[in-house]
Amino acid sequence: MSHPETDLPLLKTPLHGAHAALGARLVPFAGYDMPVQYRDGILAEHAWTRTHAGLFDVSHMGQAKLLGPDHATTAAALEALIPADILNLKPGRQRYSQLMADDGGILDDLMVTRPGAPEEDGTLLLVVNAAGKEADYAHIAARLPAGVTLERLDDRALLALQGPQAAAVLARHAPEGAALDFMAAGPTTFDGIPVHISRSGYTGEDGFEISIPESAAVTVWNTLLGEPEVNPIGLGARDSLRLEAGLCLYGHDIDPTTSPVEAALVWSIQKRRREEGGFPGAARIQRELTEGPARVRVGLRLEGRAPAREGAEIAKDGSVVGKVTSGGFAPTLNAPIAMGYVPPALAVPGTVLNILVRGKALPATVVTFPFVAQRYVRKSEQKGA
Amino acid sequence: MSDVRYTKDHEYVRIDGDIAVIGISDYAQSQLGDVVFVELPEVGKTVKQGAEAAVVESVKAASEVYAPVSGEVVEINPDLEAAPGAVNEDAEGKGWFVKLKLANPAELDGLMDAAAYAAFVETLS
Repeated sequence: MSHPETDLPLLKTPLHGAHAALGARLVPFAGYDMPVQYRDGILAEHAWTRTHAGLFDVSHMGQAKLLGPDHATTAAALEALIPADILNLKPGRQRYSQLMADDGGILDDLMVTRPGAPEEDGTLLLVVNAAGKEADYAHIAARLPAGVTLERLDDRALLALQGPQAAAVLARHAPEGAALDFMAAGPTTFDGIPVHISRSGYTGEDGFEISIPESAAVTVWNTLLGEPEVNPIGLGARDSLRLEAGLCLYGHDIDPTTSPVEAALVWSIQKRRREEGGFPGAARIQRELTEGPARVRVGLRLEGRAPAREGAEIAKDGSVVGKVTSGGFAPTLNAPIAMGYVPPALAVPGTVLNILVRGKALPATVVTFPFVAQRYVRKSEQKGA
Repeated sequence: MSDVRYTKDHEYVRIDGDIAVIGISDYAQSQLGDVVFVELPEVGKTVKQGAEAAVVESVKAASEVYAPVSGEVVEINPDLEAAPGAVNEDAEGKGWFVKLKLANPAELDGLMDAAAYAAFVETLS
């Protein structure tokens, strides 16, 4: 999780002082000095998010806007870089996608939102990973057609409020936001402060991401922490929560060598794009969809209590067949879990494999994602475009 | 006070006659965070000072635990398998890892006593 390749001073989010005051343990992450845990520790923070509401500072992530003359133009510009159907994304809706390399590898993953207001027609909102944002912005900006521009929103903070009580808490301060559907988003106010809220997250729980002008970040943070259901949650629990939810972490489970098909992210490539292509790496994606990929991301449930970590080899009958890309202890299951890549023939749920940990071949069974049931709140059945 | 010595890698050794009780310091557990698994050596194994004697896994990562002294493993803490959180609750008490039959008491001379270790930890924060 560290970022040792740079000696630059660590960046700070607008909430850095708030984290320190809460007794957070701050660690370097993607060039930022970020809270890995607060005083209660990762297990307690994880459990709190699954039962109450956890508040995360994710202001290190990159927020940006694509600006163009109309939706069709801006959507086409972005579709030239990602495999999701953005043209048919409805106003006020959000979609997960990947920034693609020409060979079908993944340069980063991102969230794309189409604003709902008619006056914002032609604008798309992007959220990219902290570690990749400079490279992502350069990549995108260099490939935009005339008339479409990228605008960085570096003066905005981003908070995630996640957990079964998140909606009830948010309803006291931003009722319009709390009424959103899963993967819907829009501008609203939080106690009078202009914010942009989406009903999404990275924990498998119902929850929200709240984009705030950085000058108001501390106010919103303190207001939410003042609610009895809310505790601050660090990046340590964010990682264990997303692992239980079966969600990919860029740079680990997906990277420039993995394709979205291998990564079991085909659901994020809508039918029109699968058929038409027109994005970097489309030839590989279409070939893998027809012939099957060489390897596929699977979930693994280990026997015993010893966790298997990233990099551990996966074996079948004594032969190495793959590698763990994320692994750790699942607090909700009180058991170790992992994800990694194996040949499709070994990806069938119920297949028993071994993960090699310090010379021991630990039995591990292939299971379907997610490890812990997701509890997203879908108010209407959205049809994929 | 019982005779407890510490290493710069944050292991402790408590001497009880010719038996050395080994674990990680309270400072070490506070830095690791929640311990979810401890891999212990088998009884009868001989470990050398400075060699890997155990592995402690927090939610985040695995860390090696090095033997602060040489000796033969005569007992391992049977409670850690079901309740590894004992390392967080009482690292230098019921969260002990292994007991060694001390092979070379002179090795203790190179380790820090409690006061020296406390001063060493001060320099880390």
